[in-house]
Amino acid sequence: MLVELLILFALVAAGIVFLVPDEYAGQSAAVLSLVPVGVSLWMYSIFDGTGNALLEGSQPAFETITSWVTLGPYAISWHVGLDGVSMPLVVLTTLLTTLAIVSAWTPIDERESQFYGLVLFMQAALIGVFAALDFLLWFVFWEAVLVPMYFLIGVWGGPRRKYAAIKFFVYTNVASLVLFVGFFTLVFGLGDSISTLGLPAIAQALNAGQLGSIGGVSPSTVKLAAFAALFFGFAVKVPVVPFHTWLPDAHVEAPTPVSVLLAGVLLKMGTYALLRFNFTMLADVARANAELIAIFAVVSVIYGALLALAQKDLKRIVAYSSISSMGYVILGLIAFTPHGVGGATFQMVSHGLISGLMFMAVGVMYNETHTRMIGDMSGMADRMPVTAGVFVAAAFGYMGLPLMSGFAAEVLVFMGAFRSTTISAAPLFTGIAMFGIVIVAGYLLRAMQKTLFGPFRLETDYDIGRAPFQDVAPLFVLLALVIALGVAPDLFYTMIQDAVFEVTALGLGGGA
Amino acid sequence: MIPLQTADTLPDWAALAPAVLLAVTALALFLIDSIDPSDESPGLLAGVATLGPVLAMVVTGWYLVAGTGMPRTGGAIELFSGQLVVDGMSLFFTFIFTSVSALITVASYDYLSGRQNQAEYYALVLLAATGMSVMASANSLATAFVALELSSLPSYGLVAYLKNDRGSVEAGLKYFLIGAVSSAVLAYGISLIYASSGVLQLPAIAGVLAAGIDNTGVLGVGILMVAGGFAFKTASVPFHFWAPEAYEGAPAPVSAFLSSASKAAGFVLAFRIFVTAFPLDVVAGTIDWALAFTVLALVTMTVGNFAAATQDKVKRMLAYSSIGHAGYALIGIAVLTGTADQGYALGASMLHLFVYGFMNTGAFLFVALVEYWGVGRTFEDYNGLAKQAPVACVAMTVFLFSLAGLPIGGGALSKWTLLSATASAATLGAWLLAAALIVNSALSLFYYSRVVKAMWLEDPTGDFEVTSYPTGLYAAVVGAAIVTFLLLPAFGVVSGTAFDAAAALF
Repeated sequence: MLVELLILFALVAAGIVFLVPDEYAGQSAAVLSLVPVGVSLWMYSIFDGTGNALLEGSQPAFETITSWVTLGPYAISWHVGLDGVSMPLVVLTTLLTTLAIVSAWTPIDERESQFYGLVLFMQAALIGVFAALDFLLWFVFWEAVLVPMYFLIGVWGGPRRKYAAIKFFVYTNVASLVLFVGFFTLVFGLGDSISTLGLPAIAQALNAGQLGSIGGVSPSTVKLAAFAALFFGFAVKVPVVPFHTWLPDAHVEAPTPVSVLLAGVLLKMGTYALLRFNFTMLADVARANAELIAIFAVVSVIYGALLALAQKDLKRIVAYSSISSMGYVILGLIAFTPHGVGGATFQMVSHGLISGLMFMAVGVMYNETHTRMIGDMSGMADRMPVTAGVFVAAAFGYMGLPLMSGFAAEVLVFMGAFRSTTISAAPLFTGIAMFGIVIVAGYLLRAMQKTLFGPFRLETDYDIGRAPFQDVAPLFVLLALVIALGVAPDLFYTMIQDAVFEVTALGLGGGA
Repeated sequence: MIPLQTADTLPDWAALAPAVLLAVTALALFLIDSIDPSDESPGLLAGVATLGPVLAMVVTGWYLVAGTGMPRTGGAIELFSGQLVVDGMSLFFTFIFTSVSALITVASYDYLSGRQNQAEYYALVLLAATGMSVMASANSLATAFVALELSSLPSYGLVAYLKNDRGSVEAGLKYFLIGAVSSAVLAYGISLIYASSGVLQLPAIAGVLAAGIDNTGVLGVGILMVAGGFAFKTASVPFHFWAPEAYEGAPAPVSAFLSSASKAAGFVLAFRIFVTAFPLDVVAGTIDWALAFTVLALVTMTVGNFAAATQDKVKRMLAYSSIGHAGYALIGIAVLTGTADQGYALGASMLHLFVYGFMNTGAFLFVALVEYWGVGRTFEDYNGLAKQAPVACVAMTVFLFSLAGLPIGGGALSKWTLLSATASAATLGAWLLAAALIVNSALSLFYYSRVVKAMWLEDPTGDFEVTSYPTGLYAAVVGAAIVTFLLLPAFGVVSGTAFDAAAALF
């Protein structure tokens, strides 16, 4: 019942905040959003799930199944539950939502109750995406995330917000449509061997090789086509180069708190779905095309980093570096080794925290200086020492400084990918991807040197001082979490390992 | 629940209570009007006009829950020597008509304020609703024709209700002329069917045809002409020309009424006549009407959606989108071939019309609200509305995204149901229909989101000021939005009834 409670509470909170007068909206949203944080942390503390929720012999925590609709031969249920992959992501979602709400107090100054209402609505949908274990239920939440995001970018964004919002909406909706068609190809191919659209049932039927042919097309071709459709659908969301072009526009135009959620949680929907669908349900196809996917991953890492290197806008730098970081996740997933997949999942959480931290730090500086251009400022550490300090810490987290979560995640991914037997020439791919770290260090150090250090200079007319407490406090919470996960990755990594271990054995010989 | 079936509980004619309630309310309104002809108590008129449909809706809901006319309580109730029949499908559709009528009358209270002839307006709405509810029960071609005219004639008057408005009168005339022509086509088709079979009652026609007749050519032409008559009522290609003008010129609540309830009424008649009187296996040698409906569905949804995408007025866009939705609803009858689970396919269409009844009515009523405020009609005129009326705009957003098939309301689920119905048929035509449904839904998101974009993202261009928040219109719009949203989690409650009702027909 706890998952339902989380979702329902977030929905009700969204409704309440929507109707609260603007003056109190920010505060009431923050207070209300503390409840999901508390509940999700409590759920984490009593988490008792075992195995991967999609595979046989598992026992997801907080599982409920209630009949919802019957569509022809398929029973559609309200089926939710958390395993070691989704639990950390739910905690990440609730924490980042609260922090994003607090960080929005300063920059958001019009139509506030609508803003906070939409953020809470999106939180409900995001929790649903990570918890749903039935395809249609999952798809409902997946689509429901898009709607508030469209408004959050389109109404409160920067000068080109309408263009960015439409672009985001069109890209992700086309992707959703393709993945929907791809998935239903699989469902029709499975025919009578499934009677529900539950993800576990479908995953197990596919792995047992029960896919039949459709209209004379052989099962292996059907599988490949479905895999391609799903991969495309999720790759847009992640995003993987070359489907990434919506991301910089969305990030640059979105207000900072929205960027935090976009980079921190929404991108993880893509990698989470890749893990659940492409790499768990269709593991054999993934393995057969491992090199191709690894090329996508490595290109994302290197090309994303190079793009970041070329930017002059701090927010664009962070946005492009997300593409690079998501490349590591894909590389870890396709490695099909325990540390590869586990590290990739850990990287989802870690990147959520670190990129959230980076965006917030950039946002705090922007609140004071009203510019994000590297060339417009220097020596900010002189006037905003605390913020500058956090920014440096976050950058080092991004570069993978030991004892921060980025280090743990990337080391695990590289260890896993290096040993991969699925990708031929795995060390080569891993080596190239590791070079991405060097570029990351390059552009982050350059950005810091130019903006934070040296003599103070600012090209805008704003008188800057120290950032207000409410802006800085979320930074420290996030920084503490980043360090905590770096020092003790086992806080999440144990449950992740338990949930992904069986995935790495999938697709070897079995299947159609 | 009392099994409302046999003489020892309630008499059989009680099954027609919803239609009787609607007709009595209409007569009561005429009575009130003749006592107090000056329209000085609009509250009383609107109250009575709302009470009737609400009571009828409650009774219908009760019958549906109790299973009146369903196989589990003894099957369909035949009345007047089988001229009318009350079963799950007729009650299901009556529920749509009564709930849409209730929304319309509530909303009209504000929309009509200060206008003449209010009693006549409400009475016409209720008479049309009576006609629709009889259409849902019609079990012979004669009663079908009479019921269709009973629902059409008041509609012509309603469209032209704004007597001093050029657009309204023109729309009414156009609607009347095309309506008269298609009625003639329908009547001629009925006469040809009678000529070849010698009976009018639907099950009897099927019986005669099964025994074999000589002049199958005449019969085939007759069936096609009957299909044409329904194309008019449901605003499907090729008799859809009237719809954009009529919906745009008519008062917005009337547009809502016509595009939701009247369309559903056309569908229920088509479902019953084609399934009961012309079973495919019997008439297959004469005419393959499933193929005809497949073509009609494909063309209708594509024409509707492509035309909607090029409009610059919101109401006209909704009018074309309503043609597109008629195309979606036709899928249910177009895939009744091959391996299709027939009850499931027909049930899917019924469900889509059910959800559509709420979301489309809501969208048109939002347009009525905007007209009430005196804001213009184009997309640009809607710019920045959300700043002044956020609650109504949330409701409109729910309607539009649900119409497009995003899972913000029940519209997504009913489209998925239609999609899975095509999949169960697994013929070439069904796959084409599925592809067209997906492509058209994707296209529709483009033009629906233009309204959303205007309301929320754009800055106001006109200098309008929303000064009042009319209670009736708001209640109807917000109520419809809540139902549309709740149909997402509670879809299973309705879908079971729809599938049972549809399956009982075969």
